[in-house]
Amino acid sequence: MRLRLKSTASRVAGAVSRRRRSRFAAPAVLLIGLLATGATYYAVSPASASGSDSSTDAVAKGRNLFLVGCASCHGQNGEGIVTKRGKNYGPSLIGVGGAAVDFQVGTGRMPMAAPGPQAPEKKVTYSKTEISQLAAYVASLGPGESVPSKSDYDTSGYGTESIRRGGELFRTNCTACHNFAGSGGALPGGKYAPKLVGVSSKHIYEALLTGPQQMPVFSNDVLTPQDKRDIISYLKKNERTQGYGGFSMGALGPVSEGMFAWLAGIGVLVGFAVWIASHTARVRKREEGTS
Amino acid sequence: MSTSTPVNTNGTKASNAAKPSKAGAVADWADSRLGLATAMKKNLRKVFPDHWSFMLGEIALWSFVVLLLTGTFLTLWYRPSMGETVYHGSFQQLNGLEMSEAYSSTLNISFDVRAGLLMRQMHHWAAMLFIAGMMVHLLRVYFTGAFRKPRELNWVIGCLLLLLGTLEGFTGYSLPDDLLSGTGIRAADGFIKSMPVVGTYISFFLFGGEFPGDSIIPRLYTVHVLLIPGVLLGLIAAHMLLLVYHKHTQWPGPGRTNENVVGYPMLPVYAAKAGGFFFIVFGVTALLGGFLSINPIWRYGPYNPSEVTAGSQPDWYMGWPDGLLRIMPGWESNFWGVTIGWNVLVPIIIMPGVMFTILLMLPFIESWITGDKRDHHLLQRPRNAPTRTALMVALMTFYGISWMAGGNDIIAIVFHLSINSITYFNRVAVFLGPIIAFIITRRWCISLQRHDNETLLHGYETGVIMRDASGGYTEKHLPLPVADQYTLTARDRDEIYQIESATDENGVQAPGTRKERLRASLSSWWYRNNQQKPTRAELEAAHHHAADEAAHDAPLVGQRADGHQFDGRHGTEGDDLAHHKD
Repeated sequence: MRLRLKSTASRVAGAVSRRRRSRFAAPAVLLIGLLATGATYYAVSPASASGSDSSTDAVAKGRNLFLVGCASCHGQNGEGIVTKRGKNYGPSLIGVGGAAVDFQVGTGRMPMAAPGPQAPEKKVTYSKTEISQLAAYVASLGPGESVPSKSDYDTSGYGTESIRRGGELFRTNCTACHNFAGSGGALPGGKYAPKLVGVSSKHIYEALLTGPQQMPVFSNDVLTPQDKRDIISYLKKNERTQGYGGFSMGALGPVSEGMFAWLAGIGVLVGFAVWIASHTARVRKREEGTS
Repeated sequence: MSTSTPVNTNGTKASNAAKPSKAGAVADWADSRLGLATAMKKNLRKVFPDHWSFMLGEIALWSFVVLLLTGTFLTLWYRPSMGETVYHGSFQQLNGLEMSEAYSSTLNISFDVRAGLLMRQMHHWAAMLFIAGMMVHLLRVYFTGAFRKPRELNWVIGCLLLLLGTLEGFTGYSLPDDLLSGTGIRAADGFIKSMPVVGTYISFFLFGGEFPGDSIIPRLYTVHVLLIPGVLLGLIAAHMLLLVYHKHTQWPGPGRTNENVVGYPMLPVYAAKAGGFFFIVFGVTALLGGFLSINPIWRYGPYNPSEVTAGSQPDWYMGWPDGLLRIMPGWESNFWGVTIGWNVLVPIIIMPGVMFTILLMLPFIESWITGDKRDHHLLQRPRNAPTRTALMVALMTFYGISWMAGGNDIIAIVFHLSINSITYFNRVAVFLGPIIAFIITRRWCISLQRHDNETLLHGYETGVIMRDASGGYTEKHLPLPVADQYTLTARDRDEIYQIESATDENGVQAPGTRKERLRASLSSWWYRNNQQKPTRAELEAAHHHAADEAAHDAPLVGQRADGHQFDGRHGTEGDDLAHHKD
């Protein structure tokens, strides 16, 4: 047994030794070295060890990220910047809590690419870890809503009762801005209520909790966590439901329906009228043939 | 046969008519009881002229038939009641929710009645097309001058159809009692109440008390399925009878005069065309209903006065007053304890009335201004009535901008614009737009008239460039075919109305002169800039010129590659330019 092991080891060593002058040898060694270094760094690096990361560490890292990516508008200590005319250049983040950061940065709204009436949703720039560090830093500035855990917004297993309640709550509190199908709606001055279709449960929950941008805050006193989950379950049920009537045309209401009535309906019918009138009785064709 | 011997008429057996065919027997049976043969013989051979634009009204007619068919289907399951019920149907999101029976039965039609959703969607699409069809038909009739004497009353009937169709659409929109339709009724209640003094009384009468009450849905239902369709049917019948009585108008052309109608008989050609078009309209409506989701009432939820949704709009035909409402500044006045909300009263109550009156009066206004009391059965091209055309385009621009304002929120989110900017723009555009459109259209028409005259006098551009001996280049013009020349000149000269005399024989201002003066100046404004067709002398001179030109070119004929092969006066058979090589 021992002998066989030994012979196996020596055979492998021999095989490696025989190939040591191969032209792939140097790159292979380099690759192994790099992988080893990377793996070691990954194993010991504090960034990845978020579970074991001490909160002060995360706050410090978050502050570093904040100074680079956020401070130019929100101030070096998140105190906000007021312009010379007394307008708000970037609002104070003291007391907004980690949930706000997780929503704004997690949906790509922050950092803003350019000033405008409202921060649009775009590609997310920070990694999950970085977002949690930023959240930790902003949470350290003052007490606010913390990032919800999965149990707060998880609606798996929610049934008819919740969905119905959620629908009523949605129509009472949300449709006025977000539209009956969550397709979004216009607000004054170029602002808007964004589309809700495809937004994650977590982000909907956070938005309700923190009232980002134009949205009012629906605190847990106004809409209980259960209410919020019911609304989410209604929205998610709608996403799972097929479009019964066919193509929804944006689910924007009668305006897009009217447009299709004119373009598709009248357009096609007038086309047919032209076609019918140009295909006239045979008498005419014979006439044309002889002339 | 010799005439000297009389025909023997004393046969022993009576002569028998051949046994009639089965169809003939039925027809004979019916005719001897109804006496329709004479009328049918005449009307089945009724001639209709052929042009695509004459079929636009049929879109409305056939959509109406689709509406009757699908509407009847819907009445079998719809329950016009505001009684409360708990929904336990197939649509899970609303299961167990309290709602009106009207909404519950509409959900039932959508989810649990076989083909119910298709019928609902077809009904709604057909309604949109019905009114759109009426509008494009109205535009065709106006732009071609088909509303002139003797057809003014048919124009009035058409306008009433449009108004009733709109009301019919609104009542239908309100029946499902979903959040959107309830919002519509709520808005209508507000509009009615904006009328000073009488508003509240009318509102309480309509709703049987304060909004929403429990009678508005059954009442609207009666109006929607009985009253308005009945009136619509009667008016459509009158519209069609008048069409048959007046005979259809036609485009001028060789052989077509103000006294005849050239076209194909009702049977078989027009029956086939119109019948075929019905199936096309039905098919298009079915495709729209099958593939495009219209008014997904299950997404709106039941009506609840405390709820509202973004994107709450009326159907398209009510969009323009809604748009005016959206751009109207919030003006209000108070008189002796009565508040008048101009912001609602003007755009929703006054403006539709004003616009409808203008529409109704258009034929009468024009005939008064022009003093034209003759019968007209030949159509005019829009360019040959520049002021009329421009007037309608101005009205359309007003309509279009108001309409656009009605979708301001959707425009804002789709095009990433500020809703405020859209509103400010529309507030200005609704006044300026029609004026600009009027000026541009009128000048455009006049330019087209000039172009027509030019082609009549100087021929059309052939695209053949000729080089003369001195090296100059000219484009070859050729005279229009005679038939085209006839068609272009088959129009009347415009006559500006003149006052006979401003004073009577005693030098005193004649009675009614002020009115006549206004009429004369309006007539001058209406016609002054129009281009009249060339006179006979002008045309003859132009023809002489063309003949001279042809004579000038004659020696060049037959030269190699002289381009004459393509000037239209010479056959090109056997002529092969590609083989000319130097």
